[in-house]
Amino acid sequence: MLKYQTLVRATAAVAIASAAFAATAQDITGAGATFPAPVYAKWADAYNKATGARLNYQSVGSGAGIQQIRAKTVDFGASDMPLADDVLAKDGLMQFPTVIGGVVPVVNVKGVAPGQLKLTGQVLGDIYLGKIAKWSDPALKSLNPGLALPDEAISPVRRADGSGTSFIFTNYLSKTNADWKAKVGEGTAVNWPTGAGGKGNEGVAAFVQRLPNSIGYVEYAYAKQNKMTYALLKNRDGNFVPPDADNFKAAAAGADWSKTFFQVLTDQPGKDAWPISGATFILVYKAPEKPVNVANALKFFDWAYANGDKMADDLEYVPLPAAVKDLVRKSWATNVKDSGGKALAWK
Amino acid sequence: MSTIASAQPYLPEAGTRAGMRGRPPAARRVWPWADALFSVLAHGAAWLTLALLAAILVSLVIGAAPAIREYGLNFLWTSEWDPVQNRYGGLVMIYGTLMTSFIALVIAVPVSFGIALFLTELSPTWLKRPLGTAIELLAAVPSIVYGMWGLLVFSPILARFVQQPLQAAFHGVPLLGPLVSGPPVGIGLLSAGIILAIMVIPFIASVMRDVFDVTPPMLKESAYALGSTTWEVVWKVVLPYTKTGVVGGIMLGLGRAIGETMAVTFVIGNFNQLHSLSLFEAANSITSALANEFGEAAQGLHQASLIYLGLVLFVITFVVLAGSKILLQQLKKREGTVA
Repeated sequence: MLKYQTLVRATAAVAIASAAFAATAQDITGAGATFPAPVYAKWADAYNKATGARLNYQSVGSGAGIQQIRAKTVDFGASDMPLADDVLAKDGLMQFPTVIGGVVPVVNVKGVAPGQLKLTGQVLGDIYLGKIAKWSDPALKSLNPGLALPDEAISPVRRADGSGTSFIFTNYLSKTNADWKAKVGEGTAVNWPTGAGGKGNEGVAAFVQRLPNSIGYVEYAYAKQNKMTYALLKNRDGNFVPPDADNFKAAAAGADWSKTFFQVLTDQPGKDAWPISGATFILVYKAPEKPVNVANALKFFDWAYANGDKMADDLEYVPLPAAVKDLVRKSWATNVKDSGGKALAWK
Repeated sequence: MSTIASAQPYLPEAGTRAGMRGRPPAARRVWPWADALFSVLAHGAAWLTLALLAAILVSLVIGAAPAIREYGLNFLWTSEWDPVQNRYGGLVMIYGTLMTSFIALVIAVPVSFGIALFLTELSPTWLKRPLGTAIELLAAVPSIVYGMWGLLVFSPILARFVQQPLQAAFHGVPLLGPLVSGPPVGIGLLSAGIILAIMVIPFIASVMRDVFDVTPPMLKESAYALGSTTWEVVWKVVLPYTKTGVVGGIMLGLGRAIGETMAVTFVIGNFNQLHSLSLFEAANSITSALANEFGEAAQGLHQASLIYLGLVLFVITFVVLAGSKILLQQLKKREGTVA
């Protein structure tokens, strides 16, 4: 009998707890890019502790994220590749940036320490085209007169899976190497003329660390955490710059965000701008079917803009400049409306 | 409780035992509908499998329809795969799938045969069980483990101790030189084939051992009595007796090799160009391309082409299975005509 009473009490307690939980739960669902997934997860955890609301983010890839928001199965989609303004208009979507990251060329050449090798977009493109096949190529030697580069074949490594990282990288090569633009072009997946493909950043990092005389490209966090040998790149202003948070920020500052958030931050002007930078984006409907859910999503990102910079820094992402955040908030107020034409209550 | 009670009347009683010895009753007496229900369920399960197969085929064809309309059968022998220009051809992946599976079988079948032969004919009795269990355990290793091992451990070894010496030895030799050309990194068709071979050996070996074990001892001992060597007994008695099972085991292995994704994607290089027929050239396989590109593939031709590749894989598997059945029938027909 005692047992029975305990059971009843326990059941009642669970029922009350779950009812209370259901009352406060404002679950937000999103899906898309894998690149910002760690910072979204960290933000979501802190946001949950602060407000009780939960974010369910599936890092399924940018392409899948765009498909899911089009299919309206999620409250927001996430993509590393910004959608062009006319595409957005056609689908009734708006996009806004959340954090900035950089893509870093990494090499594994005996005798070359991090930050010693200097590269340009032209040379990098020629390496990935297969036109520069040896480390002793005159083009590399003239850029690096002080380095003893070996007379060995270069093994280029690139992403095998479609990815926003590849998009930023090939976009940069297209801007700086005319031959690349004509023969290969830009995209999350392209028809790579040479090189071995690794799956994910970790795959490329593993290849580059294992293969002597290889070159690859990974997100900044990977290069930094694995202490990989990164190269310096010549930016648009003609300076050779190292990849670091300040230089990614410099690239973001050089872009004009006021007219459109469609900004690919590669080859930006600026003394210190790192040339292969890029923002990652969120997609929401301008007139969502479930305005409450989207308002909750915007609340989350508003909170993250205000409180998430330190967390992003810790994970090697670069927070947006304050001016850009204000532009995004302004854009929410003017663009995202419920069915009655009223701005959503995300404040 | 009720099932036991209802089963009671069927317990044979002393008086009726003689009567029960004949044919079983045509229909169950207590629950007449139970047999019908079981029959429906059994039929249903079988038909459901067929229906699922048909449904998969239909949905593949529907998904691939844009690519089929665009390319038709040209898809099968076009090697260009360019998501930027939106032009797709599946030759590289189809070639990669067939070639890696072929390499895997070339290595795995003789090795598995040796393992099975050793376990059934040569091994001391105390070693049979531990060795057999160890080989079966190998089949349980997750494929991602093989992939990681292949990438981190095996391919550097293959590059340094096999590929680079071969390239040095065959440099400039007409036919052999191109066969071993390619970047000296140890990833490509050959390493994918070898990893696949390691993965399918446990399957083929354990099936072969099991079927070798069921060969009637009388047949073997008769052959031994006639003065046959162990090899002659295995080659001329055991193998012909068990050929159905052996071919079945090989097909099981081939099926796994064709469909394997994770291990292959780590070591094949994922390279969508057909520069040369070198065994060391990075390549791609159908499953690896699907795993890598599907998540980010844009709707439209890219996705349809990937589904088309899935359809091709489906057909390849079907042809392989059908081929093995025909092979077995041919073998059966010839039975008795060849000594």
